[in-house]
Amino acid sequence: MNRFFLRLSALCVAFLAAVNIAHARIEFDITKGNVEPLPMAIMDFKGDPVAAQVVQVIRDNLRNSGLFNLIDKAAFLQNDLDFNTPPKYEDWRSINAQALVNGQVTKLPDGKLRAEFRLWDIFGASQLAGERYDIQPEFWRRSAHIISDKIYEALTGEKGYFDTRVVFVDETGPKDKRVKRLAIMDQDGANVRTLTRGSDLVLTPRFSPTRQEITYMSFEGGQPRVYLLQIETGQREVVGNFPGMTFSPRFSPDGQKVIMSLQQGGNANIYTMDLRSRNTTRLTNSSAIDTAPSYSPDGSQVVFESDRGGRQQLYVMPASGGEPRRISFGNGRYSTPVWSPRGDLIAFTKQAGGQFLIGVMNADGSGERILTEGFHNEGPTWAPNGRVLMFFRETRGAGGGPKLYSIDLTGKNERQIPTPAFASDPAWSPLLD
Amino acid sequence: MSAAASILKSPAFLALAIGLAVAGCAKKNNLPDNSGQLGLNGATPGSQQDFTVNVGDRVFFETDSSILTPQARATLTKQAQWLVRYPNYPVTVEGHADERGTREYNLALGARRAAATRDFLASQGVPGSRIRTISFGKERPVAVCNDISCWSQNRRAVTVLAAPQG
Repeated sequence: MNRFFLRLSALCVAFLAAVNIAHARIEFDITKGNVEPLPMAIMDFKGDPVAAQVVQVIRDNLRNSGLFNLIDKAAFLQNDLDFNTPPKYEDWRSINAQALVNGQVTKLPDGKLRAEFRLWDIFGASQLAGERYDIQPEFWRRSAHIISDKIYEALTGEKGYFDTRVVFVDETGPKDKRVKRLAIMDQDGANVRTLTRGSDLVLTPRFSPTRQEITYMSFEGGQPRVYLLQIETGQREVVGNFPGMTFSPRFSPDGQKVIMSLQQGGNANIYTMDLRSRNTTRLTNSSAIDTAPSYSPDGSQVVFESDRGGRQQLYVMPASGGEPRRISFGNGRYSTPVWSPRGDLIAFTKQAGGQFLIGVMNADGSGERILTEGFHNEGPTWAPNGRVLMFFRETRGAGGGPKLYSIDLTGKNERQIPTPAFASDPAWSPLLD
Repeated sequence: MSAAASILKSPAFLALAIGLAVAGCAKKNNLPDNSGQLGLNGATPGSQQDFTVNVGDRVFFETDSSILTPQARATLTKQAQWLVRYPNYPVTVEGHADERGTREYNLALGARRAAATRDFLASQGVPGSRIRTISFGKERPVAVCNDISCWSQNRRAVTVLAAPQG
């Protein structure tokens, strides 16, 4: 049984009619540089025992986004609120809550859980959002992520990213004998599941934008090549029949192609393979290392790194190939470019002064901003709304290893993502639907 | 410690003892014809141990470079002579990078080092068809300290012999 699609069919959505109508008053623009977190209150959810876990996941998501300041329950003046009744706005105004969430989780006669919430604009005295989800009990966590996304979207005007997953490389064992396994988890580190057994070295997994599928590199059979993996069935296949090592794969935005590097002698060039026709196309032809290709979200261009000018720099070329244009000109080496899902920015790893930094620049190379720096930060990946990045940070020495971190596009709110062991090469999924 | 005990524990004695032991059973293992001779450092001439100990199975590179240093060329010249003399070993050259680079680039850099090593061996008379290359990028360090001395040991190409054929 396909667990992913089971999840989808298990969700039944209903919009809850507003209890009263008024104009929204909350003004909250997260696209500005320096955002003060929005003060808000989330009441305990009523009903089934799982309600406490649901509301905890919602609180963690919103707090961890760095955009919301959750008011301590001890400050609440109204502690009981019927789900179908508006709150006492003045009680919430007096503790400066701009928004209020209440909800309940109830068990239905057929065994399903019903999770519902309402989001209130306190100063506008109106309901901003209200929805109901009937779910199989084992998917309670997903309902919490979906509710979190609805609240985020209603308050910020932008899509959320909580109902997403991250594929990464789980790392165990000593540094000179590391065992690496593909693993997948919810965006917040919950529900970790390994996808490979660890007998073969595996690297750089990337999500398909359209299917429950991953492309990655494996050393299976002593032959390093790019593979596809169906997440739910575990079915694997080699991508193409190339005369050499293929590596650094990524999907096209329509999910129909894999773009990757092919090593031939001392040179790496960029190729695509159409997954339907199996036709391969060569995009670069240089005596250099051309790698880490990433499509623009409209599919028209590709950004990649190349040392054709002497050391690693970022270049952009048409998706059909053609003359690349260098876009990185700062001091240092630039690598692992990833185009933002919004199309405006390119995230990268930068090596300068013996440090490894994560930064972003405009797609034309202007406006470089460094988000984090240190001994070793590498491999950024974008949340599907383009507001948050995840990357890995490696610590020094024999006992050192990588861990996953997320950081806001503003460079604020850097957080470690909990993983069972060392973890590297994160790749964020699109929003599930 | 008595003089006799210290001799027994000395590296020279151990090497001699191992060499005798290897030589003693060499014929049974179908090693090359001259394996009955006692080789240098206890290694049977023509054995994998002989290659590793007396020739040197690896060469090292400068940071972000695949250019063979004079020392690397000297080692590879000896490797080529040995491989020409013992033509039955299939060869894999493994290219490696240190940890101070990004993953994808280091895979390509390791491949570039392996290719440079293979090309040099081929130029010295080892048939290119006998040499396979593979890159491990920064995935298989041999030295794991946080130090330039460790990183320099990891920037390497290692010539690995498979079981002899023919």
